[in-house]
Amino acid sequence: MTLALVLEQLLNGVQFGLMLFLMSAGLTLVFGVMGLINLAHGSLYMIGAFLCAAVAGASGNFWLGLMAGIAAAAAAGALIEMVVIRRLYARDHLDQVLATFALILILSEGVRMVFGPFPLYLNVPSALRGTVSLGIVDYSLYRLALIGFGLAVALGLWALISKTRLGIRIRAGESDREMIAALGVNIRALYTIVFALGAGLAGLAGALVGAIQSVQVGMGEPVLILAFVVIVIGGIGSIRGAMVGALLVGVIDTMGRFLLPRFFATFMDTSQAMGVGAALASMLIYLLMALVLIFRPKGLFPAHG
Amino acid sequence: MKPLRMTALAALAAASLNTAQASDITVGMITTLSGGGAGLGVDVRDGFQLALDMAGAQGIKLVVEDDAQRPELAVQIAERMIQSERADILTGIIWSNLAMAVVPSTVAQDIFYLSPNAGPSALAGANCHPNYFNVAWQNDMLHEGAGAYANELGYQNAFIMAPNYPAGTDALNGFKRYFTGNLAGELFTQVGQTDYAAEIAQIRASGADSIFIFLPGGMGISFMRQYEQSGLDLPIVSAAFTFSQDILPAVGSAALGVFNASQWSPDLDNAANVEFVAAFREAYGRTPSLYASQGFDTANLILSAAAKADVKDRDAFRAALREADFTSVRGDFAWAPNQHPIQKVYIREVVEVDGEITNRIVGVAFEEHRDVHGENCNM
Repeated sequence: MTLALVLEQLLNGVQFGLMLFLMSAGLTLVFGVMGLINLAHGSLYMIGAFLCAAVAGASGNFWLGLMAGIAAAAAAGALIEMVVIRRLYARDHLDQVLATFALILILSEGVRMVFGPFPLYLNVPSALRGTVSLGIVDYSLYRLALIGFGLAVALGLWALISKTRLGIRIRAGESDREMIAALGVNIRALYTIVFALGAGLAGLAGALVGAIQSVQVGMGEPVLILAFVVIVIGGIGSIRGAMVGALLVGVIDTMGRFLLPRFFATFMDTSQAMGVGAALASMLIYLLMALVLIFRPKGLFPAHG
Repeated sequence: MKPLRMTALAALAAASLNTAQASDITVGMITTLSGGGAGLGVDVRDGFQLALDMAGAQGIKLVVEDDAQRPELAVQIAERMIQSERADILTGIIWSNLAMAVVPSTVAQDIFYLSPNAGPSALAGANCHPNYFNVAWQNDMLHEGAGAYANELGYQNAFIMAPNYPAGTDALNGFKRYFTGNLAGELFTQVGQTDYAAEIAQIRASGADSIFIFLPGGMGISFMRQYEQSGLDLPIVSAAFTFSQDILPAVGSAALGVFNASQWSPDLDNAANVEFVAAFREAYGRTPSLYASQGFDTANLILSAAAKADVKDRDAFRAALREADFTSVRGDFAWAPNQHPIQKVYIREVVEVDGEITNRIVGVAFEEHRDVHGENCNM
């Protein structure tokens, strides 16, 4: 095991974490501001990837596809908020889970009807193909760019929330929904904007990741589960918590998959060690979540003190 | 998940006039039509349906439901098909973990199970059953072909990788049974995993001279896309699943030149296959995958048995199935005593033909290959 390998795995973990952050940021914002559990967040990720693949395929330009993916996911988010979600704010979480689960089925089936059951082709933009040398390790340029994208979006989100008027309203909405409505803020528009923002971020993540993964129906659900783990670890409603949680999950998951089989191989037969190591590695982040919940039941950075 | 239901009840009105068909058969197809494995299930279903349509089959009722690649759902659907649909034959399951959940209880209820895909080693060996027929292959077979061909290519130090489920274990065992070189590393990934960065980094560090992978469906697409961007350029040898027609369009040129073992290929030159490939393209507008060929063969096997015996007479129908009196699109087809095929295993190469990325046969791994697990089958 060399330093280069460990460094590469760390970068992989950070990159994975930052993509998870894009997903969880929207999820945690929506929960923090509106108190809504949105299971259909993964479907917006899928919409972003499909639209990106379709437009990039037709135009031959990945960046055009990326814009289309973000726009489509944000638009779908706004539409869903106005048509369905708006009726759910006053309901309890079980109703929200039911309704948004139904949305998953409808959107998955819809995407399949439009694009068919077979995965779509989406290639990495030509400018970001190949590898780049980072001294001791050659790393995929595209993955490095994903790290850059993730950090830029995190910075932008931080600026939006702490420096702008919209950000002030979002923060106010997080601490007291009724009060900001009473102060004359158009709460309905605010909700639609926040939902569309979260949806756009999910669409961005889907489109970016779609270029190195399989663009297929149902691609959002596995990521959605991880995103929920992230926001539970980070503290529901907290963007900072989502960032820390996403990086923790990304790095621990990657390092677990890498190190655990090796650890077991030191005292077990190789094939057996690989099986046990892989099985335990897939549980690792859930163990982490359980641990965090034991010591910090509200997550690492509880949004409401 | 709302089950997708398709009933192919051919020519009800004409049925009374036609007495050529010996029996009315209800076939329950449980297959994966949603999620990352959807392409595989859709191809099995479409191949099966095509065979019924081409034969103008009457008296066969096909009920299709989506298992969403979830074992517990597959078990529920199987129960429903047996209890309420009164299915005589079940078929369709793609994934070995689902087959392990459904097949033993199905065959124990005196229902036939004809596998168009999954062939877990347990069902070929100690748990073999007179009512269980595998029309495709036992899981290890194609991977054994890949192992044998890796020797021929002169690979000395292979890194091998598969998902952690019954077919993944079978795949690695099959490859290792024939590969004589060293293993630079061995990895199990998660079923449905989408990010392979951690695995690719380990391959890079392992000093391997070649890679063997078994990653069917979306897993293969994700791996190949990421492998292409990793700067690694080791030769890959595999079985047909990771380089099948259902995923090649999404993988793109990254797959070109990969050798993979298969019992079937779209360019296989026999009359039945030429007709099948042309009819499939005509009906569905795409080139069939090996899954489609397996669905097609399964339906034709059922049709051949139905022409000879009434499915309600299980012993007679079983005897008719054992005759395997149908023309397989893979060429010669015979049953081993454990009711798994004895067949030729080809080596294919991924090539681009007229702008389409597809496979073509470049060699033969085994002439008459049968699985090793049959030894443990006492039937």
